[in-house]
Amino acid sequence: MANSLTQLIQSNKARLLDLWIQKQLTSDSLRDDLMSNDELRAQSEELVNALARSLTEENIDQVDSIQFDEVFEILSGISVYRAQQGFSPRETGLYIFSLKDAILDLIRQEITDPARLFEESVRINRLLDSLGVVTFETFIKGREEVILRQTEEISDISTPVIQIWEGILALPIIGTLDSSRTQVVMENLLQRIVDTGSNIAILDISGVPAVDSLVAQHLIKTVSATRLMGAECIISGIRPEIAQTVVHLGIDLSNIITKASLASALKHAFAMSRMAVKRIDVDKKAL
Amino acid sequence: MDKIPILRMGPFLLVTIQVDLYDRLALNLESDLVQKVHQTGARGVLIDISAVSIVDSFMGRILGNIASMTRVLDAETVVVGMQPAVAITLIELGLSLKGVHTALDVERGMALLQEKLDWDTDVADDDGDNIE
Repeated sequence: MANSLTQLIQSNKARLLDLWIQKQLTSDSLRDDLMSNDELRAQSEELVNALARSLTEENIDQVDSIQFDEVFEILSGISVYRAQQGFSPRETGLYIFSLKDAILDLIRQEITDPARLFEESVRINRLLDSLGVVTFETFIKGREEVILRQTEEISDISTPVIQIWEGILALPIIGTLDSSRTQVVMENLLQRIVDTGSNIAILDISGVPAVDSLVAQHLIKTVSATRLMGAECIISGIRPEIAQTVVHLGIDLSNIITKASLASALKHAFAMSRMAVKRIDVDKKAL
Repeated sequence: MDKIPILRMGPFLLVTIQVDLYDRLALNLESDLVQKVHQTGARGVLIDISAVSIVDSFMGRILGNIASMTRVLDAETVVVGMQPAVAITLIELGLSLKGVHTALDVERGMALLQEKLDWDTDVADDDGDNIE
């Protein structure tokens, strides 16, 4: 046992890296459209170096020892990066498993005794499998982060509060209104009312696909909250189908100002703030 | 003991709540305010709650009570400067403060009270030539 497995890996680091890179470059899962080959090489080199550094004859069978933290950290970084770049789980999995192939190739060349070869292969398999598990865990975590960020972005951009005139805010709601969304809508609207000192808010629901009693209740809540703040709220964009459902469900919207279109709501808002839009007569003055 | 000052501004009373309103203080405010309305014959009460960040159902009820009580004494109540969080809390508690007028800030609240007073005097004397 002059040449232990760890020594073998450490002294043949460069060869191992070459083997691995070669495997990756010839593999089907190579995605040079997502990541350049130089970048791939740099990442792989970092991982191989870290692995060679932390690997000792004692800890090779104990993958949860703290000496592997560095390896896991680098691996997690690569995995999250790949998740964000849009690599498929298969490609990420093949990436780490091709390292196993590379190491196995290496020891097959170096160790001739079949019994020892088998013994060392099992150990390498065990180590690399646990690295694979870590890769997948962090890959999924990375994906989840992407999804979470997108969800947040959607909820942020889906509730824009627009100031359409001095003292008049408009809030077009697109998509289904549920409790959490109503909360965001309400908070945004009330905050903007305070910020801009507007006293009329128009809630346009032409983009809301359906209104049931729950959605109606949310709308009534929003209107009541704006009233408490000292502003008036107009609901516009009520489609005929929605009017029918509201009446069939017996929802009382009688103490809320409702308008069919955003234009008529704006007209009403102008009237409430004692303003008028006038057409300018140009014909005489221009000539 | 803390006391919330009630200031007189022409025909109106101005109350600015600068501290968190605990139950006892709110009850005292209620009785003081009704007394003051009676004494001065004020036609409107303006309560500024822009510094209040915490509200409970009791406080919501007190505000409603004050409005109803002053209405009996022929004075309108306007609550101004409610924080968004406070408004949401009150709505979630199911208190929509019916009968209480609201405005965004003190200036608009005063304008609202003045408008109501003008309207009242308009109805009272048929000439309608009151000062703007």
